Amino acid sequence: MRLTCPLCGPRDRREFYYYGSEDYLQRPGPDAGPEAWDDHLHLRDNIAGEVRDLWYHETGCSQWLIVTRNTVTHEILSTELVADRKKKGVRA
Amino acid sequence: MRILGKGQIDRNRPISFRFDGKTYQGYQGDTVASALLANDVRLMGRSFKYHRPRGVLTAGSEEPNALLEVIGATNQTPNVRATMQEVFEGLNTQSQNRFPSLAFDALGVNDVFSRFLSAGFYYKTFMWPRAFWEKLYEPMIRRAAGLGRLSGKHDEGHYEKAYAFCDLLVIGSGPAGLAAALTAARAGADVILAEEDRELGGRLLADEPELDGAPARDWVATVEAELRGLPNVRVMTRTTVTGAYDNGTFGALERVGLHTPARADLPRECFWRIVAKRAVLAAGALERPIAFPMNDRPGIMMAGAVRSYLNRWGVTAGKRVTVFANNDGARQTARQLMAAGVEVAAILDSREDASAIEDCPVYLGARVTDTSGRLGLRAISGSHVGGDFQIETDCLAMSGGWNPTVHLTCHLNGRPRWNADIAAFVPSEGAVPGLSVAGAANGDFTTHGCLAAGQAAAIAALAEIGVTAAAVPLPRAEGVPYAIQPLWLVEGKGRAWLDFANDVTTKDVKLSAQEGFTSVEHMKRYTTQGMAPDQGKSSNVAALAVLADATGRGIPETGTTTYRPPFTPVSIASMGAGGRAEGFAPQRFTTSDQASRDRHAPMIEAGLWYRPSYFPKPGEKTWRESCDREVNMVRSAVGVSDVSTLGKIDIQGKDAARFLDLVYTNTFSTLPVSRVRYGLMLREDGLVLDDGTTARLGENHYLMTTTTAAAGLVMRHLDFIHQTHCADWDLRLISVTESWAQFAVAGPKARALLNAVLDAPLGDFPFMACGETQVGGVKGRLFRISFSGEEGYEVAVPSRYGESLFRDLVAKAEAMGGGPYGMEALNVLRIEKGFITHAEIHGRTTAFDIGMEKMVSAKKDCIGKAMAARPGMVGEEREQLVGLKLSQETKAFGGAHLFTQGEAVGREASQGYVTSVCWSPMFGAMLAMGFLKNGRARHGEKIRIVDHLRDLDLIAEVCDPVFHDPKGEKLRA
Amino acid sequence: MRYSGWKVITQGLLGNKGWTPAWRDPAPKAEYDAIIIGGGGHGLSTAYYLAKNHGLRNIAVLEKGYLGGGNVGRNTTIVRANYFLKGNSEFYSHSLKLWEGLEAELNYNVMHSQRGLINLFHSDGQRDAFARRGNMMINQGDDAILLDREGVREHLPYLDFEQTRFPIYGGLLHPRGGSARHDAVAWGYARGADRLGVDLIQNCEVTGIDVEGGKVVGVQTSRGAIKAKKVGIVVAGRSSQVAAMAGMRLPIESHILQAFVTEGLKPVIHHVVSFGMGHFYISQSDKGGLVFGGDLDFYASYAARGNLPMVEHVMEAGMTLMPMIGRAKVLRSWGGIMDMSPDGSPIIDKTHIDGLYLDCGWNYGGFKAVPASGWCMAHLMATDTPHEVARRFRLDRFRTGHLLDEEGTGSQHNLH
Ligand SMILES: Cc1cc2nc3c(=O)[nH]c(=O)nc-3n(C[C@H](O)[C@H](O)[C@H](O)COP(=O)(O)OP(=O)(O)OC[C@H]3O[C@@H](n4cnc5c(N)ncnc54)[C@H](O)[C@@H]3O)c2cc1C
Ligand SMILES: [Zn+2]
Repeated sequence: MRLTCPLCGPRDRREFYYYGSEDYLQRPGPDAGPEAWDDHLHLRDNIAGEVRDLWYHETGCSQWLIVTRNTVTHEILSTELVADRKKKGVRA
Repeated sequence: MRILGKGQIDRNRPISFRFDGKTYQGYQGDTVASALLANDVRLMGRSFKYHRPRGVLTAGSEEPNALLEVIGATNQTPNVRATMQEVFEGLNTQSQNRFPSLAFDALGVNDVFSRFLSAGFYYKTFMWPRAFWEKLYEPMIRRAAGLGRLSGKHDEGHYEKAYAFCDLLVIGSGPAGLAAALTAARAGADVILAEEDRELGGRLLADEPELDGAPARDWVATVEAELRGLPNVRVMTRTTVTGAYDNGTFGALERVGLHTPARADLPRECFWRIVAKRAVLAAGALERPIAFPMNDRPGIMMAGAVRSYLNRWGVTAGKRVTVFANNDGARQTARQLMAAGVEVAAILDSREDASAIEDCPVYLGARVTDTSGRLGLRAISGSHVGGDFQIETDCLAMSGGWNPTVHLTCHLNGRPRWNADIAAFVPSEGAVPGLSVAGAANGDFTTHGCLAAGQAAAIAALAEIGVTAAAVPLPRAEGVPYAIQPLWLVEGKGRAWLDFANDVTTKDVKLSAQEGFTSVEHMKRYTTQGMAPDQGKSSNVAALAVLADATGRGIPETGTTTYRPPFTPVSIASMGAGGRAEGFAPQRFTTSDQASRDRHAPMIEAGLWYRPSYFPKPGEKTWRESCDREVNMVRSAVGVSDVSTLGKIDIQGKDAARFLDLVYTNTFSTLPVSRVRYGLMLREDGLVLDDGTTARLGENHYLMTTTTAAAGLVMRHLDFIHQTHCADWDLRLISVTESWAQFAVAGPKARALLNAVLDAPLGDFPFMACGETQVGGVKGRLFRISFSGEEGYEVAVPSRYGESLFRDLVAKAEAMGGGPYGMEALNVLRIEKGFITHAEIHGRTTAFDIGMEKMVSAKKDCIGKAMAARPGMVGEEREQLVGLKLSQETKAFGGAHLFTQGEAVGREASQGYVTSVCWSPMFGAMLAMGFLKNGRARHGEKIRIVDHLRDLDLIAEVCDPVFHDPKGEKLRA
Repeated sequence: MRYSGWKVITQGLLGNKGWTPAWRDPAPKAEYDAIIIGGGGHGLSTAYYLAKNHGLRNIAVLEKGYLGGGNVGRNTTIVRANYFLKGNSEFYSHSLKLWEGLEAELNYNVMHSQRGLINLFHSDGQRDAFARRGNMMINQGDDAILLDREGVREHLPYLDFEQTRFPIYGGLLHPRGGSARHDAVAWGYARGADRLGVDLIQNCEVTGIDVEGGKVVGVQTSRGAIKAKKVGIVVAGRSSQVAAMAGMRLPIESHILQAFVTEGLKPVIHHVVSFGMGHFYISQSDKGGLVFGGDLDFYASYAARGNLPMVEHVMEAGMTLMPMIGRAKVLRSWGGIMDMSPDGSPIIDKTHIDGLYLDCGWNYGGFKAVPASGWCMAHLMATDTPHEVARRFRLDRFRTGHLLDEEGTGSQHNLH
């Protein structure tokens, strides 16, 4: 299995650490309540098909990536930097 | 028997090798199978279940019968295919799964009782009495089962792993593979051509067709010479592509050194990970047997294998050969044998309308109905339209048609498609992204067709990656279409084998259908069809045809079982190459490593690092003596310890303080410059992740320390929080763990020792201060922190100065009655002081549990705060950190459970457990830490400690975990 | 038909013509009292105990493929009761007791073999953690023995004791731990359930769950709609999809776990051995293959197949621990879809929909749970109250914080 890091190019899966669904990006506010936090940390759509999940280029550039992937075929559709998302958001 | 003038073995290089204690002669180029056949040895193995005598069936890696042990000088290798093992001088082999000898095998009695050993019989019996299963039945079954033997000795062989990258991977070097490789090579693409055999050519070698009117071998040689001469081509023989994986990755096993006597410069095997932009599968096809009664005797072989032995090794597998087939291809076997002067008794063609014109008798619409010959075929019975007949024959060449080698196309869950024209499964298109299939592997059984398809596949594959390849001139070859009429089994009295290796017969498959195991997967599992070392390569299709018939369904609806990696079995040692001993995980060494070893400190593993356990002094007999001395030394004079393994993360930027406030439960923005603060970090789920001190080196510059074990974890965690939640902040993080060597200097004489090494004496430097310092002209850092409870400092210098600083500190400390201390003493010191480690923060404890809930600032949000407030995370039900004072010097260990006195011991009664224990020389008692239900409210209670495993039942007093200097006066001294 | 050694002999003499199907192949009825979705180990045992313990007769198991084709037929067959948290401890202890009577209960030889399981440890800290576990096992009434290095050597002389990377300090021996024949467990329960009248319906995929007024009324399937008063979702790696049909989002992420078997070998490994530092475990099947595995591939997946990095990691761990297996050849590798929960422990609970029950979150340890999971799920479905030994397997515990995290790795699904 290979992923293309936006910074480093195509790399072997061994260089990456997998965390989980992109749900982890939507951190609730401190007072959002237990349901929101349960949703954020535990509950998952867990789709058989196209998903967006988070990988860390641990032995590469230390960047966290959002990877669009198919969980049935293991096809990798795209990769982008998590950090870009926040930076872009701020600029907009 | 060897045939003069035939075969490509080197007759000038005779080789002697052993099989079952006897020495035989072969030639360079022989396999064990070809050489044994040349010596008229037909009996080579015993089957798995019935221990039936077996000979070689095939000439390739799909061999189910002729499995041997290869005996090396120091070790042995089981289950080696005689068809794949090349002979070399001194090769020693022996048969397996037989006792006492191959010709007489005591477990051959199983065969007599075979009617009681039908598919799945073991599920129905051996149940009574219950205790007999482990004691009698199972050991008996285990001994009878299995094939070859491992020696039980470590495999000291040398194995390697490697990566390779290419534009086009061509798998197989028959006509299709060679045409593909040549086309791609001339286009300048990076090509890897992988061939399982020791030679290129595939069936061109075995069948010897003519290309351009000359022996195919000539063309193969020309192409090979060209390919080997090109810098953009890597030709890999003896290399089996074993698996297709995601995104263009393939696994491949190269048998580097198995064909020669052991050589120091050659690994036995090399496991390759090949990353290919595109791949062409040209792995050919495998011939399949016919399930006729008693079809398993030595001498009954695949027709194509008989041709291989004739043409490649100049061997005839029998003196009087009979051919039994349902297709045209097998006619070649008869013709080529006759041309070589071997007698062909007859051809039995199951088709009624096939040609009867050959130079030997031809029976049309014929079947083999029985065979005889206990240790080797002697005669067959047959029937045809004209009636029954008998033929004396010592070799039966059979062919039930050919199955394309679709296996790799199934590795990513692809399902092959049934093609009725050739009565076989062919690959589904696109089953493995980036891999196309050409030639016989795709169901194209003419040489001409294979050449053209290989070329076309290469051109198309390269076009997809932007490389233009031109057609290359291909040789002229025959193009006679393949004609076959399916014949899967011949009904009759005797047993008819499908899976030779696992002894699965047509009756077993029918029985499984009769008992309701009608899905092909159920049949496989119930009968074990296809689960032997050959993975049913030659038998699966016939078995499912028999199942289809028994259940009244067609073959396509019945479907196939799934082929999974590896294509052929791969040694654990090759895929695990590099893993032996220290190779398994990286080793990390501190700068003081040598200095510690010089002092004979036993080194122990901690988070991939090695750290000294204690520093024995002459005369000290146990670790405890050394440890006690080191503890006393720190408490009374001064000790030096390498703490460089703790994670160090450099954090800079205008928003660094804000960031720390988010990741720590407590506040760091209020920390003054040149001060250090202890911090507690939670996971987002509210449980403690790690703890450590963080120093504010400048207004926008912090240095965080983590525990040794969690250094990587914390770095990842911080990167995540930064990049997801505050990528727009002015913030930079980097791990500097390896950049600094850091030493703890602790004890009443710590300041004196520091003054002896620092360039300038230490001025006012209160507890939790930090700042720059200078040692021997080198800029360093100094922190006043303590993990021992004594006045303590940590001095850090760039790593390259670490060793000399350590040696200097230790020497000067010793002059003051101090010295180095190791992990054992460190552990005692921290328990006495009530400091926690990962024995306490083991991933299930909260800030509340360890008595630090006040450190979770009410004034701000932090990672983990919300989830830490869940009802299950707080309250009396939680086990809380306590100290445990044992009344006497007794043995006590971590892992014991706590019980309220007077209550029965049991699961629900357990009140908690002990995490850390030490002998405290200062208190003259065993001290412990542990977690106790509602423990903070129970200080003073006498509690029972039960350790079933070490047979201990003790009483301890619950107390505050800080035993030593609870007010912290020493720290601040 | 009752199975016995005698039957095997008489049938053998009669040409094995008299064996009857192990189970019927019924067409689905229009309505059942209870439907179990999923014909894996847990689904089949649930149906069996619903019939056996609670007297229900009008029950169906709906299986989208063939019975036992999921994880129950893909696992590495370790059966143990060596947990240390209240909640898990009593449940697996109960399960092991059921295992010990399973052959007699089902009249089927599931080859439950209590050959002993050894968990190795490699530091003082790990030893204490295993001691905590072993003491809890004994608190629970099960068995455990703490072995030192020499004790391990007596049992497993072939380990590399000179290896200094993760030197062997000792091991926790669980004498009643062992393995069983996975397919036989599924088939044994299937046959047992069928004999009690349960309809086992294969090639019947559930595609929808019908709910009316907050109450379950039936399911939609590839073989038509079927009404039911009670429905149990027991589909392991597919839990999220099936629960989604009822509008639920589960605390589950599906991951791939690979396993490996070698060619047959004469007996060399007589225990189940687990090497925590390398995430490697191994045993030898009665047929002679070394059966072993390691960690998840770690990425969410429904592909039921894995990749080389974990394959190689497992092999490397094998080589560092017991280099004598180097020349054994891996015959087959495969993968299963694991229903990973955020604390590594399972869920057996009601849902917010009346009559809809959930049994999932088995991570990679659900094979040994097959008997007790069925026992407790049947109890829950029949009585609407959790069984005593499964009462801590609540669906809401992640929200409330009553976690059962044996690994201590936290809420990340793939770390258990
Ligand atoms: C490689 C591997 C090794 C393992 N090793 C061990 C071990 O050593 N010890 C241990 O205790 N556990 C082990 N496990 C875990 C264990 O196998 C599982 O936890 C357990 O089998 C899961 O429960 P099950 O048997 O009911 O699941 P499954 O057998 O997967 O059953 C679920 C069934 O539901 C069916 N289904 C899904 N969706 C639908 C639908 N919509 N309609 C109808 N049917 C549906 C599926 O087809 C499947 O048959 C291992 C698992 C794997 C993959
Ligand atoms: Zn990168």
